[in-house]
Amino acid sequence: MELTSLTAAEIAAAVKNKKVSAREVVDAHLARAEKHNPVIGAFLHIDAAEARATADAVDARISRKEPVGALAGVPVALKDNLALPGQPLTCSSKILKNFKPPFTAHVVEQLQKADAVFLGKTNLDEFAMGSSTENSAMQLTRNPWNTDCVPGGSSGGSAAAVAAGFAPLALGSDTGGSIRQPASLCGCVGMKPSYGLVSRYGLVAFGSSLDQIGPFARSVEDAALIMNAISGPDRRDSTCRNTPAPDFTANLNQGVKGLKIGLPKEYFETSGLNAEVKAAVLAAVDALKKEGAELVEVSLSMLDYAVPTYYIVATAEASSNLARYDGAHYGHRAEGTDNIIDLFSKTREEGFGSEVKRRIMLGTYVLSAGYYDAYYLRALKVRTRIAQDFAQAFGKADLIASPVAPETAFRFGEKTADPISMYLSDIYTISTNLAAVPAVSVPCGVDSQGMPIGLQLTAPRFGDDLMLRAAAAYEQVSGLRNRVAPLQGN
Amino acid sequence: MSHITREEVTKIAHLSRIKLSEEETDLFAKQLEDILGYVAKLGEVDVEGVEPFLNAAADGNVFREDVVIESLPRDAALANAPERKDAFFKVPAVQ
Repeated sequence: MELTSLTAAEIAAAVKNKKVSAREVVDAHLARAEKHNPVIGAFLHIDAAEARATADAVDARISRKEPVGALAGVPVALKDNLALPGQPLTCSSKILKNFKPPFTAHVVEQLQKADAVFLGKTNLDEFAMGSSTENSAMQLTRNPWNTDCVPGGSSGGSAAAVAAGFAPLALGSDTGGSIRQPASLCGCVGMKPSYGLVSRYGLVAFGSSLDQIGPFARSVEDAALIMNAISGPDRRDSTCRNTPAPDFTANLNQGVKGLKIGLPKEYFETSGLNAEVKAAVLAAVDALKKEGAELVEVSLSMLDYAVPTYYIVATAEASSNLARYDGAHYGHRAEGTDNIIDLFSKTREEGFGSEVKRRIMLGTYVLSAGYYDAYYLRALKVRTRIAQDFAQAFGKADLIASPVAPETAFRFGEKTADPISMYLSDIYTISTNLAAVPAVSVPCGVDSQGMPIGLQLTAPRFGDDLMLRAAAAYEQVSGLRNRVAPLQGN
Repeated sequence: MSHITREEVTKIAHLSRIKLSEEETDLFAKQLEDILGYVAKLGEVDVEGVEPFLNAAADGNVFREDVVIESLPRDAALANAPERKDAFFKVPAVQ
C-alpha cells in the first residue's frame, strides 16, 4: 500500500481499523515531503516532531479503543496565513519573519478535534496577493506536474503539497481565486466556500469582505470531509453564519439528474481563453449532460468589470487591514529611527514586497479624499450589479459551469512585469468572491503538454452541498480522481 | 484617464506610511497610472439608483450575550513586541 497515494477518506478508515497506524501514514508523507520539497518548495516549514507526536497520540487512543475524529491520522498542510501556535506565521512576508502566533485559528481547532495531523506551513504570495506564488518573499514553489511552471496562487504551496502527494489535504484562503486557480493549475480539487460558512478567526486578513478559507484535496469526497470539520458557527467571526452547516458528504452520490446547469456565454467568449481549456471545460459540461443534467444558457454580463471592481475593493480593504504592520507591536522593526512616523514608514519599506506596496498604495488612493466616490463607491455599486447578475442567473440554473482559469500553468517570470496580465488570470474566479457565492475547481483534463485543466462549478450562496454533489458526479464519470504527480527520482 | 505624477506617488506613499526609493517611485507612478486607467472601465457601468454593496454578512449583525469572556493574556499579547517596557509596547517618540 503506497500510503502517500491514498485519499484522506481511505487513510482515516485504515487508521481507525488498525490496517495502518497514524504514525506510519505521517512518516510516509514526511519522507516524501523531505525528499522532494527542496525542489517543489511547497512547504515553508515542516514540523516533523509535532506531527509524529500527534500521530502517536491518535494511535494510542485507538489502541485504547477510545473514539477518534473523522480525520484520524490524516496529514494536513496549512497555508502560512493560518495561526497554529508553535509554528511560524509568516504570510511569506519579511515583515512577519519571526512572529509567533499566540492564538489558534478556528479551522485549526476544528481539525485538531477531528484528529488530523498538521505537517507544516505552505508557501503563498506575500499576504495572499498574487496568482503564481512568485510574490513570496521566502522561496519559489514549483508546479509538481512541470517544475518549470508556477503552481498558481496565492495558495500555491498548499496546491503543490496536495498534487505532489506530500499531504492528501490542505487548507488555503481565497480572496479572488487563490484556492481555485492553483487547484486548477495543479490538478486537484479546490473549493471556496460561501462567504459566512467558515470562520476566519486566526486567518490573517487581506480583503475582509472577500476572504474565505477552504480546502485542497485529491477527491471531492475528501473536500467534503474536511468541509464537515471546518464549517459552522463561530462567535469570533461576526460574518460567520449562525446556523449549523450541513453534512457535505451526505448526498455526494445523488448525481446530477434533473439539475439545471447554466453556461455563462460571456465566459466562453473571452479573448484570453485558451482553446484547449475551453474544449476541456465544454467536454466536461457535456459529460454532465449525459448524466442527466439540463444545460441552460445564462448571462453574466458584468464579467469584464469583475477584475477592476476587485482591484478597488480588495486593495481598499487591504490598505486598512495591513495598517497593523507598523513595527510597534510585532514582527519586523526598522533600526535607527528617531520618531514614530519614520519607524512606521521604514519598517514597511523594508518589510513589504513590491506587490504588497503597490496594492496598499492603490487602496489608499481609491479611499483618499477626492477619489472615494469616483473609485471606491462606484466599485461597491458595480459589486451590487455583479451580485444581481448571479442572482438572475440562479433564477434559471441550479449551478453555473465555467473555466477556472483562462489558461494552464504558465512559466516563471511570464507575468511578473505586468501586474494587469497577472490579475487577469483570476478573471473567472473573482466574481464569485464579489457575489459571496461558493465555487469549486475540479480536474477536467490536461492540455497537450500534460498540464491540468479545471472545471469551475458555482452555486447560489449556501448551496455548497449541492455544488459538491455535482462535482462528485463529474469526478465519477471523468475518472480524474486522486492523481498524484509522479515526481523525479521516485 | 488619471495621470499619476511622482509627487502624487510620494503623497500616497506618505499616507500609506511606506518609504519609497527613487526607482520605486518612478515604477509605481507608471504602474498605478496603468492600473487606474484599467479600472476606469467601471465608468461605463450604469449605476444609477444602485445601492453600494456594503455588507456581505449573511445574518446582518450577529449578537452575543453581554458577558465577560476570557481574552488574550497581556503577556501573550506582548510576547512578539520588538521592544517592551513593563506592560507597554515601547516605540520612539510620538511627535
